[in-house]
Amino acid sequence: MLELNQFLILSALLFAIGVIGIFLNRKNVIIILMSIEIILLSVNINLVSFSYFLNDLTGQIFSLFVLTVAAAEAAIGLAILVIYNRNAGSIEIEKINTLKG
Amino acid sequence: MTISLLTFYLFSAVILLSSLMVISAKNPVHSVLFLILSFLNAAGIFVILHAEFLAMILIIVYVGAVAVLFLFVVMMLDIKSSISKENILQYMPIGLLVGLVFIAELVIVLINTKLDLTSIQILSNPMSNFVGQSNTEAIGSVLYTNYILYFQLSGIILLVAMIGSIVLTLREREGVKRQIISEQLDRRGKIDLVDVKSGEGIDV
Repeated sequence: MLELNQFLILSALLFAIGVIGIFLNRKNVIIILMSIEIILLSVNINLVSFSYFLNDLTGQIFSLFVLTVAAAEAAIGLAILVIYNRNAGSIEIEKINTLKG
Repeated sequence: MTISLLTFYLFSAVILLSSLMVISAKNPVHSVLFLILSFLNAAGIFVILHAEFLAMILIIVYVGAVAVLFLFVVMMLDIKSSISKENILQYMPIGLLVGLVFIAELVIVLINTKLDLTSIQILSNPMSNFVGQSNTEAIGSVLYTNYILYFQLSGIILLVAMIGSIVLTLREREGVKRQIISEQLDRRGKIDLVDVKSGEGIDV
């Protein structure tokens, strides 16, 4: 029988993979954006599984809004990447040090 | 071992493996393709959870729009995949530390906790209100009534994102020759009307 904890563990593992991806990746910003998408996917799995096991529709509605915001964020992030690449000639994270951060 | 349990394990194994490949693949194009695989299997998980509408939306919006947008940008930017090994190893310890601490905390909590879902009485849209309706009908009947304000707000968010990305990537180029038809057809100030007397003619 399927249990809630199985879905929550899957979602937690997926979230952790996304976080590790943000830390490990030093090549380009696009992989970091993909890691953020993975994190948002894990949040969606969490919401939908609670919706199913609580017999409540609200989780699915909220998941729909998360999808909307994720799409908007991906569009803006990729647009910023395109103009950054046009101006700086590279999107390697090591070379993005204008702010000396 | 029921069939739904088996499919759950299959889908989740593929999701986890392909997400690992997303963050470890050398070629960004391969990363995007593994991201698409991961989304498709997440749609399978949603079908197991009886959220058919969200599963289809995930395929249409994520695989059809967002992942293809990623693919366009990855291929357009022409990233050189010249990675030195030491850079990866340099950040490996802190990344693995954060990730493993996170996994350990969550899994320990989840294994040791048994949620009693039947005791929760704060449901706002219980499924018993939608008996005999499909998932899409149920979502529509709630989304367009109780959540209409949030629905319109998400529309505004999408509009702002669209205008923002257009404004960010638009550029005016200098010295581009282009045809301006209204100037070509405009005769004002470019021709002279002269009254020519009969038998005299004019100097041009």
